Amino acid sequence: MTAAAPSPDVPATGGAHVLLAARGITKRFGGVQALSDVGFTINHGEIYGLIGPNGAGKTSLFNVLTGIYAPDGGEFVFDGNPLMNMKPNEVARRGIARTFQNIRLFGNLSALENVMIGRHVRTRAGVVGAIVRNAATRAEERAIHERAYELLEYVGVAAHANRFAKHLAYGDQRRLEIARALATEPKLLALDEPAAGMNATETASLKRLLAAIRGDGVTILLIEHDMKLVMSICDRVLVLDYGKKIAEGSAADVQKDPKVIAAYLGGEISLELPAR
Amino acid sequence: MPGLIDARHRKRLAWAGVVVVAIVLAILPFALAQVGTAWVRITNTAILYVFLALGLNIVVGFAGLLDLGYIAFYAVGAYVYALLASPHFNLHLPFWIILPIGAALACVFGVLLGTPTLKLRGDYLAIVTLGFGEIIRIFLNNLARPVNITNGPQGIAQIDPVRIGDINFATTQQVLGVAVTGPIKYYYLLLLLMIAVVAINVRLQDSRIGRAWEAVREDEVAARAMGINTRNIKLLAFAMGASFGGVAGGMFSAIQGFISPESFGLVESVMVLAMVVLGGMGNVWGVILGAILLSFVPEILRYTVEPAQKAIFGRLLLEPEVIRMLLFGFALVLMMLFRPAGIVPSSVRKRELESRRA
Repeated sequence: MTAAAPSPDVPATGGAHVLLAARGITKRFGGVQALSDVGFTINHGEIYGLIGPNGAGKTSLFNVLTGIYAPDGGEFVFDGNPLMNMKPNEVARRGIARTFQNIRLFGNLSALENVMIGRHVRTRAGVVGAIVRNAATRAEERAIHERAYELLEYVGVAAHANRFAKHLAYGDQRRLEIARALATEPKLLALDEPAAGMNATETASLKRLLAAIRGDGVTILLIEHDMKLVMSICDRVLVLDYGKKIAEGSAADVQKDPKVIAAYLGGEISLELPAR
Repeated sequence: MPGLIDARHRKRLAWAGVVVVAIVLAILPFALAQVGTAWVRITNTAILYVFLALGLNIVVGFAGLLDLGYIAFYAVGAYVYALLASPHFNLHLPFWIILPIGAALACVFGVLLGTPTLKLRGDYLAIVTLGFGEIIRIFLNNLARPVNITNGPQGIAQIDPVRIGDINFATTQQVLGVAVTGPIKYYYLLLLLMIAVVAINVRLQDSRIGRAWEAVREDEVAARAMGINTRNIKLLAFAMGASFGGVAGGMFSAIQGFISPESFGLVESVMVLAMVVLGGMGNVWGVILGAILLSFVPEILRYTVEPAQKAIFGRLLLEPEVIRMLLFGFALVLMMLFRPAGIVPSSVRKRELESRRA
């Protein structure tokens, strides 16, 4: 694992460098309190888990973080700068990329084009460049194409590069979404239930992929219901229930927390750490 | 490697195809003129429809924004030309100055339409754009008082034809002993413009901007999450589409010599949309084919329905105009039933990507 090089101007907590700090995040939908006063910090190079029962506010937190919803209160500080009232595209430009719980690929475009679109925010060519096709534009197009193909290989769906995204197998679609998000060169990759609907083999290879992404220096925020995956890969875990933070800490600590067991697990799901 | 030979073979075939098409396009107006000058005019109109359909294809086909008021931009281009090159204001600017002005103003109107409709999609957007198209037409109808700008429903007449140097596009000239009529000259001018318009469309589609349009069409939320500024990219689609409409409008003015608000009704907008949908939304070649078919088929029916009835029944049973539109509508229904994605659906792109990788 390669932790980011220490730099003096980044505020530090416990020796690690904070990439994302959330304070007092609050969101209401009519009478429903989706999030109330949620605060947490994610360090550089971490895999940070976000768990909680259905309706706990995990996806709402994602949507507030990525600018899809405006929060009613609280603030995010990302990489040393406040992240307030930003549109989703500005958030992506700042370096937060996400996937969606119910996969949102560009279905009628090829897998390769999906990833090429992810390069949009890091490239420049405009209308004139597109029409004139000058040397700079051609070079940029080539670079987009090559990088997109590399990312498809990286997540393991290069064999389907030219197939329509909607025709890919479910697990491949999840991987393609990750490749598309990586194409935006994120510092923080936010994954909304990437293992949902995957079988044990697919989940195992997803776990390897997440480890590889972290190894490349990308911090990961992970919403997941697959406890085995969360407990085995996350450095720290945040537990939400009814929009409130009920626990935060290492996987081992969280699973012993009586509040977590009572509120979320109800004793039915085993939180045993899988043998490593 | 059979693939290699295949690729070389295909390339040679493609070039042969280009040469054949070029020769056909070059001699086409003279061949048509043998049948009747009307057919050259019909061809010119078809090319104008190709411009319009390609412009609308950017908005509807690429960016997925349903626009029912597209003809308004055609009207803007047409009126800009008419006002700047007619006795109405006694202005007679040359066409290469007016066409860019018309395109630019249409562009501005595109942004004017786009800005308030950014949050709308599908049916809602269609209704707002429909209203916009009607507003423009009604404005043109009524801007005769208190200051006479558009001359109202009477329209503007005696619009200057295109002139390049000594060549007047409204008159017949002898070139190397061959009589070249006005419509034939316009045909070549339109053909040149069409090549440019098609090239721009093809290149735009296969570019960073074109992909961003397609991303917005496929899933706007995901497009934004990927860092695409959907507001700007949608406005750009409206502006680009509108400017093509503006150019087509300018040429329409010059060719017709007379325009009135009547030419820019809702039916025209629907017709252009039908060309895009019939040909294959999002596919440049399909859209061109759709525009050509929908411009020619009604005209061919006009000239065949009457003689056909006389030959079969010995007399005229139905008015040609009635049966023409009936057959036309029937053809559209059949098309949509059996090829809902259009004559040439937009999957050509996939093959193109494959061949580039190989």
